[in-house]
Amino acid sequence: MNLISEIGRFIIFMKFVLHRPEKAKVFWKITFREMYLIGIDSVLIVILIATFTGAVTTIQTANQLLSPSDLFPTQLMPKFVIGAVVGTSSLLELAPTVTCLVLAGKIGANIASEIGNMKVSEQIDAYEVMGINSASFVTLPKIVAGLIMIPCLIIIANFLLIYGGVLACKATTSLTADDLIQGARLVFKPLYLKVMLTKSFIFAFLITSLSSFQGYYTTGGALEVGIAGTKAVTKICIFILFFDLIIAQLFLKS
Amino acid sequence: MIKIEHLDKWFDDRQILFDINTEFKPGVANLVIGASGSGKSVLIKCMVGLLEPTNGKILYGDQDFISLEYQHKQNLRREIGMLFQNNALFDSLTVEENIDFPLRMFSKMSPEERKERVNFCLEKVQLTNANKKYPAEISGGMKKRVGIARAIALEIKYLFCDEPNSGLDPLTSRVIDQLLVDITKEFNITTIINSHDMKTVMDIGEHIIFIYKGQNWWEGSKNEITEGRKSNKELNEFFLASF
Repeated sequence: MNLISEIGRFIIFMKFVLHRPEKAKVFWKITFREMYLIGIDSVLIVILIATFTGAVTTIQTANQLLSPSDLFPTQLMPKFVIGAVVGTSSLLELAPTVTCLVLAGKIGANIASEIGNMKVSEQIDAYEVMGINSASFVTLPKIVAGLIMIPCLIIIANFLLIYGGVLACKATTSLTADDLIQGARLVFKPLYLKVMLTKSFIFAFLITSLSSFQGYYTTGGALEVGIAGTKAVTKICIFILFFDLIIAQLFLKS
Repeated sequence: MIKIEHLDKWFDDRQILFDINTEFKPGVANLVIGASGSGKSVLIKCMVGLLEPTNGKILYGDQDFISLEYQHKQNLRREIGMLFQNNALFDSLTVEENIDFPLRMFSKMSPEERKERVNFCLEKVQLTNANKKYPAEISGGMKKRVGIARAIALEIKYLFCDEPNSGLDPLTSRVIDQLLVDITKEFNITTIINSHDMKTVMDIGEHIIFIYKGQNWWEGSKNEITEGRKSNKELNEFFLASF
């Protein structure tokens, strides 16, 4: 019952959010600022996460597939298979899902605390009394900025995952960078790109809208603002994993 | 003028306001007084639409605020200014940007005209040389002045003040009180001040409503309060407890 009423509240909240902005010039000014905060400010963490994850995935996959085993002789395993595995998992899972789980922590907590703080300090009420649709004014620029910047970050992450793999190849003797790239190219399908982009837009919407929703309904004081940030991150992570499963099932079921 | 008719407010199964009826006239300092938890903040929040009353009417002129459609309600709100208890200044904006905010959103003024208006409002609240400061860098009294300046930036008809003296020293409190009276008279605004500071009441209260346990318990002017205290035990207790 609680979940249903929460979903109902979210739908009503989104009904207010998805309104035409009061003043386009002000809206775009705020949106550009949000694009900077969501996008540019997150580039460093995305670079680090993606490069290291790409390197680790390559080393671990190579270790599993090229280690001597009784089940499968290693000499029969073409090395480009490692590239195929790393390339596909980067595109389908590591770039969109892992990146967004990290961004949920960074961006989601930030948005929830920012709006929560505005709520408890009556700034949201001040917008309302002025005749401004506060839900739309504080949330819509964040959602639009997220929908523009998060897919860009995911595309960057995808390249960096492969780059991390290439760096790992240079550090090992069992696999060359050419093997890795050849394998990634061999199994590439445009459908994978479609899945990645679908995930990135849906996850971007979940991160920005759920965190705004959590912040907007904060009541109390500083303690509750902190709780709102934690709750927002938890909910976003659950919903990202849930939608990850649904998208995989919809696009990739064989 | 604002008229309230048979206003009730319930929170779940708890009634906070009971059949409130009253009238607030323009150009007069209207004070809503009462102990903490008596329902005066709820009354103000109902009047500006931050809370939805359970029953009753709130008439701004001849328009019933409660039954107005969303967009009409938003338009009417542009004639309302509010000074919040915690000031509710926008942290990320400077003093002048805070005052400019409603102008940028709703007026068709040029940037030069807006700047002129901002300076005019700052002069009205006797606050100069703080234009470029952020709310975190100014004192409580200055924040109140910025709040008032922002509230009057647009040519408002109604001004609501929720505990304008809270957290201020007695001297600054008197200055803010006088400022509110001056602005009310000069612009002929319908001003409603929510307070439990008896000094404020005796200084500026031209029309006073005493809310007791969610009811309009007593109504009159500061000159009538002495008489009111004789016949009204609760008002007398509130009055004595304030000193």
